[in-house]
Amino acid sequence: MGYIFEARNLSYTYPGGIPALREVNLAIAPGERVALLGANGSGKSTLLKLLDGLIFPTSGEVFAFGKVISEKALKEGPFVQEFRRRVGLVFQDPDAQLFSPTVWDEVTFGPLQLQCSRDEVASRAMETMDLLGIGHLRERPPYRLSTGEKKKVALASVLSLRPEVLLLDEPTTGLDPRSQGNVIDFLMRWPSRGKTLVLSTQDLDMVDEVANRVLVLGEGHRIVADGKPEEFLSQTDFLLRTNLIHEHSHRHQEMVHRHRHLHEHQH
Amino acid sequence: MKGEGFLTRNISALTRAMESILLSEDLARAPGLLQGLDARIKVVTFLLFIVTVGLAKSLPVLGGICLLVLALAFLSRIPLGFFLKRVMLFIPIFTAVIAIPALFITPGDSLVTIAGKTVITEQGARTAGLLVLRVVDSLSFGVLLMLTTPWTRLLGALRWLRLPSLFVAILSMTYRYIFLLLHTANNMFMARRSRTVGRLSGGENRRWLGRTLTTTLAKSHHLSEEIYLAMLSRGYRGEVLALDNLSLRRRDFFWGAFALVAASVLLWLNLQ
Repeated sequence: MGYIFEARNLSYTYPGGIPALREVNLAIAPGERVALLGANGSGKSTLLKLLDGLIFPTSGEVFAFGKVISEKALKEGPFVQEFRRRVGLVFQDPDAQLFSPTVWDEVTFGPLQLQCSRDEVASRAMETMDLLGIGHLRERPPYRLSTGEKKKVALASVLSLRPEVLLLDEPTTGLDPRSQGNVIDFLMRWPSRGKTLVLSTQDLDMVDEVANRVLVLGEGHRIVADGKPEEFLSQTDFLLRTNLIHEHSHRHQEMVHRHRHLHEHQH
Repeated sequence: MKGEGFLTRNISALTRAMESILLSEDLARAPGLLQGLDARIKVVTFLLFIVTVGLAKSLPVLGGICLLVLALAFLSRIPLGFFLKRVMLFIPIFTAVIAIPALFITPGDSLVTIAGKTVITEQGARTAGLLVLRVVDSLSFGVLLMLTTPWTRLLGALRWLRLPSLFVAILSMTYRYIFLLLHTANNMFMARRSRTVGRLSGGENRRWLGRTLTTTLAKSHHLSEEIYLAMLSRGYRGEVLALDNLSLRRRDFFWGAFALVAASVLLWLNLQ
């Protein structure tokens, strides 16, 4: 069985020599649900952009569906359209993703660019908005949406492409508990058969709910762990070392003590 | 104190700008005569009215058009004070300043004399009046169109009129992100105020302003790169396509017929 994504010795350096990823090797098979964990600045967002063919490696290679992802391959030709149809990325900052005048324009943008028929575009948009419960926001401009609503619309704008692979960059960051719950519930229901999910997060609560594999990016911008969620989520020393949990002091009435935080509500 | 006044004025100006734009959007979505019309028919008929204003050479006709606009604003439930403030401020005043010399230099029959000498001629007053009224009328139609049409429908109408899609996309994104940048700038001003105690020198204020402008520019540049990537990710390849949901109803045809008749009558009166 071929891989959806494969990265070989993948490195990426930002202008000014700031490293984002170093010698990353990974392979993601169809149907996998991968959680990409790592501290701030470990390179999670960069890796997702590389997998989505939006930026290209400084060295090494990325393959998608068996073909190398390069600037040339994604410039023109049938592959770029096919690739964009099959892979969708939800950005961390919904303001970057919601550039259209209304929610309706946003959700129809992708299918229209991919030359779907107008009837098909309209039916996909309505179906996706119903699925996420945002039908009532249809005529709303983005600046009149709450953060939770923006995240849902950003998700809808990608789901209307009906992608086989969904890449999500910190989908629950900045959301209130109810909105976080909504996103997690949705991701637990998705993917259906044969769909692949790759999400970056620092929210360990959601990992064992939505993922069946964990990749951990260390602060050295390399993959330092790859396995099942249950293998890592109980290893507090490892999580502390990779800056995925923290340790700090607490006051309980008159007593001050210090302990590690794995899950926000466990205490 | 001067610097603080300058910052305070900026904060309130930014906040007012945001509130005003949001109020306009609310008006455009409220029930009313013009709000109920299709954006395309409104754009076409308002253009027709603006052309009529441009061709009009009679002060009573231009005055009549002014009354027509006020009646349309009233029937569309636009608060007249809000409307007049937008129409009468700045541009007509500047136009009046430009028109003032015409009062004195146009040769013709005497209208105002001082010490037996003609100061203002009838022809001069007429020329100045025509210029100011034309600007007021044209501007009124533009403002009325903006206040009674949600921005998104207006963009749809512009696309229908075959304006280049890139031009419409740039307009749309400018409007979309101006809110975000206004919000960012507003927050920076607030954060600065909350941490400022006492007076700062003019030089310090200018340095801070320079740094703020640089930060805003850097943020908007980063955001523009992210937006472009988000567009590419969803299949953008140089042309923004849109699925406009515009439909003509009976009332649109009635309005179109009324506008045609009204413009014809005004032009006929103009020739009398």
